[in-house]
Amino acid sequence: MSLASVSESGALPVRKRPFARHALPYILSLPALLVCIGILIPFVTAVYYSLMRFRLNLPALKGFIWFDNYINFLSDAAFWNTVTISLVYAFVTVAVELVLGLGIALLLVKPTRLNNLASILLLLPLMTAPALAALMWKLMTNPNFGILSYLVSLLGFTDFRWASDPSTALLTVTLVDVWVYTPFIMILLLAGLRSLPKQPFEAAALDGVPRSFVFFRITLPMLMPYIITASLFRLLDSIQQFDIVYSMTQGGPGDTLMVFQVQSYLEFFQYTNVGRSAALLMVLWAITYFLSNIFIKHWLKLRERARGLS
Amino acid sequence: MERHSILERAIRTVLIVLVLVFFLFPIFWILLMSFQTNDQILRIPPSIVFAPTLDNYFTLITGKLQTTAGNLDVAFLKNLGNSLLLSTGSVILSLILGVPAAYAFARFKFRLGENIAFTLLSFRFAPPLLVLLPLSLYFKQLGLTDSYFGLIWIYQLICLPLILWIVRGYFEDVSPDIEHAYRVAGHSWWTTFRKIAIPLARPGIAAAGLLAFIFAWNNFVFALILASADKQPVTVGALAFVTASGIQYGQIAAAIVLSVMPTLLLALYAQRYLVEGLSLGAVKG
Repeated sequence: MSLASVSESGALPVRKRPFARHALPYILSLPALLVCIGILIPFVTAVYYSLMRFRLNLPALKGFIWFDNYINFLSDAAFWNTVTISLVYAFVTVAVELVLGLGIALLLVKPTRLNNLASILLLLPLMTAPALAALMWKLMTNPNFGILSYLVSLLGFTDFRWASDPSTALLTVTLVDVWVYTPFIMILLLAGLRSLPKQPFEAAALDGVPRSFVFFRITLPMLMPYIITASLFRLLDSIQQFDIVYSMTQGGPGDTLMVFQVQSYLEFFQYTNVGRSAALLMVLWAITYFLSNIFIKHWLKLRERARGLS
Repeated sequence: MERHSILERAIRTVLIVLVLVFFLFPIFWILLMSFQTNDQILRIPPSIVFAPTLDNYFTLITGKLQTTAGNLDVAFLKNLGNSLLLSTGSVILSLILGVPAAYAFARFKFRLGENIAFTLLSFRFAPPLLVLLPLSLYFKQLGLTDSYFGLIWIYQLICLPLILWIVRGYFEDVSPDIEHAYRVAGHSWWTTFRKIAIPLARPGIAAAGLLAFIFAWNNFVFALILASADKQPVTVGALAFVTASGIQYGQIAAAIVLSVMPTLLLALYAQRYLVEGLSLGAVKG
């Protein structure tokens, strides 16, 4: 299809001025195109910076060094720490959220009044800014007066340090992430569950098929497209997590929570190493680009199906 | 059989209550803290029985904060105003840019349209810092660091993909026949768009606009990197406030409450729009 060809289906009958007919969609989408170009410029700049020795505090050293920033990563323990912690963070949070979200969706699947009220109230954490959610949990885990610190002290953990202890920092930010984003998975899976056809379940009930069998052989396979879409979406966001980690610990204690974006933020503003920061983000971008292509494919398929059902 | 289902219902209800406690308790607890004095907050064991005070809110409104290091001016209301201005401005700009484009993508199949739609979608999933860090250097050169306009423009990265994809779905759901008929009756394209297409897609436009507003309000990293001190929204302002006020926990709680309430109330008010918006049309809510 050439750029100028406008398909007949759905096109409006413009009787006069064929130029206007061809130009109309381009005119309408021009502003959005300009925004795209406006975003592409800094993106290309970032690619360029990632190939440079570029430190804001040492402008004299600025120069093109091809892939040295990337090659240096290979032998850089901090880089591998970032890769590991980002992947662990993403997979742990999404796994917990998926199990919890699916469980809650199954609990709420019947549209009773209590269930509908519950599913509306569960929107609230999701609508809380993640950066502010982290501050809320920071207040609740404060060693002096935090309610959660008090509660775990009743259980015998008198010196539980939450985010300020390297051994529990990941647990703490995971808790915040789970609190904010589980409702997202729940909402998607609930809508998915409610859209499943009724017949297989009625037939299984008539035949007295055990419920575990129904769940693993009917519900789960039919829900799989929703589960995959929701997990991929969350995985994409989670591997880039910045707000929660930065608000809670700024990547600390030490380098315990130095996920990609926090590390590159500090690299840029604290160590003013623009080249290294950009290269780090390019690595993250490669991962997300790969994931987002899979996600978009699944999402479009699901979207087609949902629109077909309506 | 009957007893089984009663037991099952009881278990379900208990589980639902537990779920609600986990997800609502933090909001409830911070709300309580915001009405407590520092002495009440520091009490061990914590208690939900206390004489409520509005002092924390008064302090935030007057902007005079007393700390151990002396008096401190806080501009938290300024942050709230910034959030409101940035979010509203971004959504309006996004609707102006996005709705006509969404209509073009839905009604005319042309390759440039698909390219734009997918480019914007892929930006939605790219690491924001990749664009923000180079932009922070450009913003300094262009003198945009201290302007609302620069921020509103870059907030399009959040709002535009949402508007484009949700509204596009709604336009595609509406049959073009009505528009054809209206055009045949002699009305111009622009009138048809305004009088027929937009009203029919209104639920989608409302859902997308609402969601874009909430996400713009909740955004943190864009303003953290690009906004100068007096243009910062509540998300960045609250963190700065925590650093500045140190141990004024009641006021921190009140600041958090004021920051999250607008989006929470909006979400409750318009919850029926949110589900489909959240999934970008991947499910019918």
